[in-house]
Amino acid sequence: MSVKELKEKHKLLKEMSYEPKELYRGYSDRVLYINLDDNTVKEKTVSEEVKKKFIGGKGYGLKLLWDATKPETKWNDNENEIIICPGPIAGITQYAGAGKSLVVSISPMTDIVIDSNVGGYFGPFLKFSGFDALEIQGKAKNDVVIVIDGINNKISIEEAPAEAIDSHILAEQLTEMYAESSDPRDMKNVSVVSAGHAAENTMIGMLNFSWYDIKRKLCRLKQAGRGGIGTILRDKKIKAIVAKVAGITQDPNHVADMEPIRERGARFAKEMKELDASQCRMKQEGTAHLVDIMNDYNLLPTHNFKYGSHKDADNIHSRVWNSKFTQGMNDGCWIGCTMNCCKGVDNFELKTGPYKGQKVTVDGPEYETAAGVGSNMGIFDPDAIIELNFYCDTYGIDTISYGTMMAFAMECYENGLITKEHTGGIDLKFGNIDAAFELIHQMARGEGFGKIVGLGVRGMKKYFAENYGADMNFMNDIGMENKGLEYSQYVSKESLAQQGGYAMTNKGPQHDEAWLIFMDMVNNQIPSFEDKAEALHYFPMFRTWFGLNGLCKLPWNDVEPEGNAETDEPAKVPEHLDNYVTIFNAVTGSNIDKHELIRQSERVYNFQKTFNIRRGYGLREHDAQPYRAAGPVTAEEYKSMEDFYDKKMKEDIGVDPAGKSVEEKIAITRKYREDRYEQLLDTVYHRRGWTKNGVPKIEYMKEIGMDLPEVIEVLSKHQ
Amino acid sequence: MNTITVNGNTVEWNEGMTVRDVLTVMNYTFRMLVIKVNGSIVKKENWETFNVPEGADVSVIHLMSGG
Repeated sequence: MSVKELKEKHKLLKEMSYEPKELYRGYSDRVLYINLDDNTVKEKTVSEEVKKKFIGGKGYGLKLLWDATKPETKWNDNENEIIICPGPIAGITQYAGAGKSLVVSISPMTDIVIDSNVGGYFGPFLKFSGFDALEIQGKAKNDVVIVIDGINNKISIEEAPAEAIDSHILAEQLTEMYAESSDPRDMKNVSVVSAGHAAENTMIGMLNFSWYDIKRKLCRLKQAGRGGIGTILRDKKIKAIVAKVAGITQDPNHVADMEPIRERGARFAKEMKELDASQCRMKQEGTAHLVDIMNDYNLLPTHNFKYGSHKDADNIHSRVWNSKFTQGMNDGCWIGCTMNCCKGVDNFELKTGPYKGQKVTVDGPEYETAAGVGSNMGIFDPDAIIELNFYCDTYGIDTISYGTMMAFAMECYENGLITKEHTGGIDLKFGNIDAAFELIHQMARGEGFGKIVGLGVRGMKKYFAENYGADMNFMNDIGMENKGLEYSQYVSKESLAQQGGYAMTNKGPQHDEAWLIFMDMVNNQIPSFEDKAEALHYFPMFRTWFGLNGLCKLPWNDVEPEGNAETDEPAKVPEHLDNYVTIFNAVTGSNIDKHELIRQSERVYNFQKTFNIRRGYGLREHDAQPYRAAGPVTAEEYKSMEDFYDKKMKEDIGVDPAGKSVEEKIAITRKYREDRYEQLLDTVYHRRGWTKNGVPKIEYMKEIGMDLPEVIEVLSKHQ
Repeated sequence: MNTITVNGNTVEWNEGMTVRDVLTVMNYTFRMLVIKVNGSIVKKENWETFNVPEGADVSVIHLMSGG
């Protein structure tokens, strides 16, 4: 069916014209609210107080979601929302990595708030259309497309029965449908948010945000991967959200002072040009440059996080990805990004599934995907990883969760907790590529054992225990989830700080709050509990700030200025930190310093923490980690590094391992490590101004200026 | 045995051992490193030639990246 025929099948449910409004210093102070229950479309005004306390991005998302939901609202209740918000800096093109959006919702996986950051052009286009955030509530009766037309200043909700569901086709169809012409310069002015078939049938649905690649003449996709927001999108029967603009001008944000932004942007571009090749090679390899490094440092998860390296890891070495990625292309997911790290594999011929035989462009794989659908599942075939990456994307599921879930199911299978009788005859051993493809296609069709895996690790544990009599204690030890979200792809066993960096997160174990493994495990820079607590305060707060402003974290520390080594705190990259302070002030006309930057984050971070507590979570018990994250669960794990663990036992615990069985040594190690984790929680909670139960103290909330009445009402019950 | 300390770990020292040799022994393959020998920074261009003295305290600070 042609795009014209697809469009003819649309039925207009609602159209609303709105007054255009230019951005002023990064803000429009308007939110676009849509309720699909009755097709309400309206504008909301953002107050100065909300702007001051919540800044934008995730901050706005949390505030809107708090106001729109009740403590008992479930992910699939009509009142749950999907909120997309870029932040005040988003949309500038003079500094790298300034096109990010934060998506916020109540997660089907965790039953708490999820926030997921994503590139692509949608967020900036939403702003250029005149809105700081998009807030969608309710459910449509039939599949709809929401169109934000920033050229004609119209919002429409259209029933859209005939387009594809899977993103690699749908993004192309809708880009062509809504572009002013088929000229690539017009196609570039459209961005599409969509999910895919597997988002409908699993809990791990994600959102693809498109951007049109003029050189390749096709849509590229970036993902808001974590926490199942794509599942919510399809539950609301939203097929896609489209934003279109007339074009991108030099200063659509109408910033307070452009010159400092230009100057810092030029300085950063020079660093990328001169230093990237000898540092992270982001332009050539993206984050996939980390695969062999993680393997060298015993941090690359293999076989469900049992081990940190593998003899076949050379097959997925960064030089392999370098050769697979098309080089010399424009690979920035927002205009002006000189880091250019979202690499792509072109003309890749698919070998399986409904699109078998087609040649496609695959975005990535990034490090997390290469480790998640690769090493952690025991798969070291780069082409299989690329194809799994493609299908996760187009089917609308998160590569990180898919990889960790599959790895868990594989370990359950290898240990006899589940058998071929349960898997439908699939031999679910580590490394079985055919099994990986069979199950991902089952997820898309909503069939068979794939549907059960699609419940997520927490869902599988319950299902396997209730239906197959599987040992829950063992599954709790090896099931790499916390708060219901699957772990991202780093082995944290030998870094206590990273164990906290994962399991103490607000949303679940995603490394975007804190990545402390080198500081802790390799550099030995933060040996005491107090040192670790300081790092677990500073870095999560600093990283939160990117998500308030529409910024990508990668330009902060994936290239570092030449003199960075000589600074007092090279881990913080002081020059780049100063860039961010300068840019925030130059965009918004504010006058913050690096301390106020952290305070801005503290307010939002602790609001999110309070949000979780309001929903019955967010306490110490919810920061518990699976033991696999902290130490060896099984004899085979212990034996794989027996000398290392024995030495640790003698030196750290003060127990002589001689004459003890492996089981005895595992138990001694476990007790020690679990005690240390509890001590870490105590120290970090104290540093963060929380009670021993992980609840922000009211006096601390007053100190940071976040003592809103609704916040105090929740916290006062837990002091 | 003659030794040095690298990030708190005791490591065997050999006559003529350079900073690059230390990285090789430790399998430190990451590229964004700040290296100090007895508290003084050794610039990258000198890693191949700088001799680490016996008993030295070597810090190989890996800067964060990724994620």
